[in-house]
Amino acid sequence: MRDFILKRVAALILPFVCVYGFYVIFHGHISPGGSFAGGIIVGLSFIAFSTIYGIEKGRAKLSEDVLTWTESFGTLWYGIMGMVGIFKGVPFLANKLAGIDLGLPGELFSSGLISYIGLGVGIRVASTMITIFFTLMEDEE
Amino acid sequence: MDFIAADYWLIALMSILVVASLAMYFIKNLIHAVIVFGAYSLVMVVIWLLMNTPDLAITEAAAGICTTVMMMVVIFRTKRREE
Repeated sequence: MRDFILKRVAALILPFVCVYGFYVIFHGHISPGGSFAGGIIVGLSFIAFSTIYGIEKGRAKLSEDVLTWTESFGTLWYGIMGMVGIFKGVPFLANKLAGIDLGLPGELFSSGLISYIGLGVGIRVASTMITIFFTLMEDEE
Repeated sequence: MDFIAADYWLIALMSILVVASLAMYFIKNLIHAVIVFGAYSLVMVVIWLLMNTPDLAITEAAAGICTTVMMMVVIFRTKRREE
């Protein structure tokens, strides 16, 4: 935990790892990868941060409340996006049937609800991974 | 049947998978077994790429590293006892 080179290299690389995770999440419908893989990459950047800089600094960045709220928000977001179809009178999770503009294939904002659902799933997976890691690293009584 | 170059690569990589799985069972040191598991998932990533599924390759790379880190954390919490 006292390694100077490790800390400086991590400070250089880890922000880009986190941004790359969000890139994979947002491009889940037009390129390889998806919300699950992107969420794990975002979670891994925080896991690496707390491994290198110490668990206390990691907990200071993402407290218990933030993790609980984001984890619940991801699931709730999926439900809300699914209910859009029901409020329009078509089945659950309907995309084109609900009258949403799908846009041109291959563009970033092109698939209606799928990219928004992917954002929720990515946040949920990232916070779950961080929660599991923090729970495992907890000190025993 | 005709084999192309990718098929020979696949056979070689899958034999590495068999060796790695057997090694994970027979190695007594848990840390070494987890490191072999990381190598297993890395070889699996190359196999997915050769099979033209980059989607699964990215997921396998992320999830394989994540499970390796989790298992490493769990093993560091255990106590070591020499026979």
